[in-house]
Amino acid sequence: MDYADRLENVAVLGAAGKMGSGIVLLTAMEMADLSLDPANKSRAFALHAVDISEKALSGLMRYLRDQVRRSAEKKTVWLRSVYAERSDLVENEEIIGQYIEDVLGLVRPTTRVEAAYGAGVVFEAINENLELKVRLLGQVRANGSREAWFLTNTSSIPIHELDEKAGLSGRLIGFHFYNPPAVQKLVELIRGGTTRPELADFAVQYAKKLRKSVVPSRDVAGFIGNGHFMRDLLHAVSEVERLSPDLGFADSVYMINRVSQDFLIRPMGIFQLADYVGLDVCQSILRVMSERLSAARLRSPLVDNLVAMGITGGQYADGSQKDGILKYERGRPAGIFDPARKAYVPLTEIAPRCDERLGAPPSAAKPWKNVIQIADRAGYLDGYFRELGAMKTLGAELAKAYGRRAKEIGLGLVKDGVADREDDVNTVFLTGFYHAYGPVNRYFD
Amino acid sequence: MKKSRRKVFMTAGYHTVALGTGRKEFNPKKPRPGLEDYIREAGQGTLKQIGGGKNVDEGVISNIMAARFNRQGNLAALIPAIDESLRWKPATRVEGACGSGGLGLVTAVKSVLAGTAEVVLTVGVEVQNTVKAIYGADILAGAGWYRGERKGGHAYFFPSLFSDRAGAYFEKYGRDRTRRAFARWYRNAIENARLCETAQEFHNACEDLEALGLTEPNPRAFVDHLNVYDCSKVSDAAAAIAVVSEEGLDRCGLAKRDAVEVLGWGQVEADLTIPPADLTELETSRRAVERALGAAGAGLGEIGTVECHDCFTISGLLSVEAIGFAGPGEGPDYILEGKTSRQGEIPFNTSGGLIGWGHPTGGTGVRQAVTVWQQLTDRAGKWQVKVPSKRPYALSVNMGGNDKTVVAVVYRRAD
Repeated sequence: MDYADRLENVAVLGAAGKMGSGIVLLTAMEMADLSLDPANKSRAFALHAVDISEKALSGLMRYLRDQVRRSAEKKTVWLRSVYAERSDLVENEEIIGQYIEDVLGLVRPTTRVEAAYGAGVVFEAINENLELKVRLLGQVRANGSREAWFLTNTSSIPIHELDEKAGLSGRLIGFHFYNPPAVQKLVELIRGGTTRPELADFAVQYAKKLRKSVVPSRDVAGFIGNGHFMRDLLHAVSEVERLSPDLGFADSVYMINRVSQDFLIRPMGIFQLADYVGLDVCQSILRVMSERLSAARLRSPLVDNLVAMGITGGQYADGSQKDGILKYERGRPAGIFDPARKAYVPLTEIAPRCDERLGAPPSAAKPWKNVIQIADRAGYLDGYFRELGAMKTLGAELAKAYGRRAKEIGLGLVKDGVADREDDVNTVFLTGFYHAYGPVNRYFD
Repeated sequence: MKKSRRKVFMTAGYHTVALGTGRKEFNPKKPRPGLEDYIREAGQGTLKQIGGGKNVDEGVISNIMAARFNRQGNLAALIPAIDESLRWKPATRVEGACGSGGLGLVTAVKSVLAGTAEVVLTVGVEVQNTVKAIYGADILAGAGWYRGERKGGHAYFFPSLFSDRAGAYFEKYGRDRTRRAFARWYRNAIENARLCETAQEFHNACEDLEALGLTEPNPRAFVDHLNVYDCSKVSDAAAAIAVVSEEGLDRCGLAKRDAVEVLGWGQVEADLTIPPADLTELETSRRAVERALGAAGAGLGEIGTVECHDCFTISGLLSVEAIGFAGPGEGPDYILEGKTSRQGEIPFNTSGGLIGWGHPTGGTGVRQAVTVWQQLTDRAGKWQVKVPSKRPYALSVNMGGNDKTVVAVVYRRAD
């Protein structure tokens, strides 16, 4: 079976979720682009978008319609050549409209997993729950009418384990998109011990067609991305625990969150990122990692407590941010949870005193979104971190300690063989987390 | 062309801000003024200077595609919306693609010459940010030949037509020097716009404009030979000016020094269904300028400032040649020697032109007349240039479509 054979019939499990919907979007467009190639005229492409929620599937279709339009608007130059023979399609608007129909026309939303049985490629993007993944993958494997290839979007569970438990005998590969898949450039590719080489070739080709950067990760729980992110988060939590006795919990969270965002020039603070990913998701990832990586202290009683209290973060169906460690108003942090009071303390109360305590960021500081647009970004960052390095304020000290720990974690991943090279760790952060620089750097030496 | 039987003047110009990307107050997600608001602001801006609508005999409004951008036709009936006193008076809407404004001016001039009006309120308007650029390209493609050209045309239809002109020019006269001239043209446009607070590029703070202008074109996302800085932006704006006779000036209580006199004009149409014979020449523009100069009895040596139709850098360059300041293939040197800059021999597009000030397509011709009036009557504020006494005239060239509908006008300060 060649590339187009494989992609003629695809199923995405967990299609309406945060990751699944992005995977459906990118895959459906790739399939539509194949279907528009005259060489594939006789094929009938179909993407079965399988999810347990009817409501979420309706939302998925709305999301697809909007996103396909956006994408089509960016590639109209090419689309005009694709539809050159269609004399009824003259204006850009008509051509874009036809493309939207062609993409949506091959997406079959369904709540029935049986729809996946005829697929050549099955993409699994359900919750980070080992038993559930094994059950579904096993069910599709047992009933599949073809020798399907399985791609899993797991962000932490070792591929060889899933493969073995679901009886996939090498037909599974880890294909880990970053959130949101339509935006983040990165795919972490994880071969289990038995992953078939031709599946790996397919996965690389598919990633390339989706214009993603591929970083290989060794099949170790958490891989590179979460292997770093979780330890980075645990560092932040331990800093909060260290500062809390003197400064109080909410103030400490505020300071570490602010330092990790503004002083370290990241797109969001570490606790906001944890909320964005979902504290419950972080908890499952930590569990998966700690159960498999004996040496590490990879638990966070704080995260466990918050989840137990129902404080989970993550997103509502409409994509808006749920409250987590932080409270959000119109998507922006507005308060911080105080477990003792079981209530959110407004930022307006916390921020002035904490900002004073932290001291001002370096004078060269610019917001992350400006920094990523600077042509000579490396030059700017050199100057910025040199200035930070010379500062003695609490904010600067916390930032330096944070930066050093982030580097140590990155080097640890290389030392443990999870990442092949330091560059791979940095690429994951530049293209999966949209950071302005990678954690393995000389800024904090 | 026959000598005019009466003297015709333009006065009391006004234009709105050119709104669109680049302006700090522009937010595509927030509600913005509509077509009527622009027409009202510009119209009232002129009426205020001429003693109100009671002094107006007639209105002309120029616009291209309100029927699609704003789902609005019958624009002549929006002239009375400017002021109650314009109700029950004649009004005409004219359309000739991006040359609509020029057609509006000559329509008004002809009415004054015919003696059917002494004061004509002339408004030009386009409100285009109602759709994204990729759909705006569809709408503006109507300025080309739809049945003959659109299907085979590019997603960015007009940029591509002028990209083809740029490509032909590169081939004939060399790419490097021409691209550098484009970049200089861009820099001049933005530097002029930074002096004019209504300009769309007024807030542009880029330090190295020529480097930006030299950005390599990206044919995958845009067109082959032009980058986005070679193009005028999508603008919402309106401009208005009063076209009057001597009697009209008196009626409005204005002195001749407050007006410019129309010395001559050239209005030329090419066949929409026939492609340009030579992509490296704006033949219709050349013919219009020849006519205008002939009617004015003037030579290029008397022209002190020019408003040309630089919808793209290549059209700015080709305009320099079509007007005759530089011979074929010599436009790049002329521009690179600084002759079109505000300190140069012939300052071009002193408030930024289409690339710098903005390009409210159907309104541009009127906006050009307003800029000329501001320059010649010393009302240009920070963007005022010195028009030398031995070169007292100004020239405006307004082009519709791919050099199809062109109006050129020669002016001088009245006395």
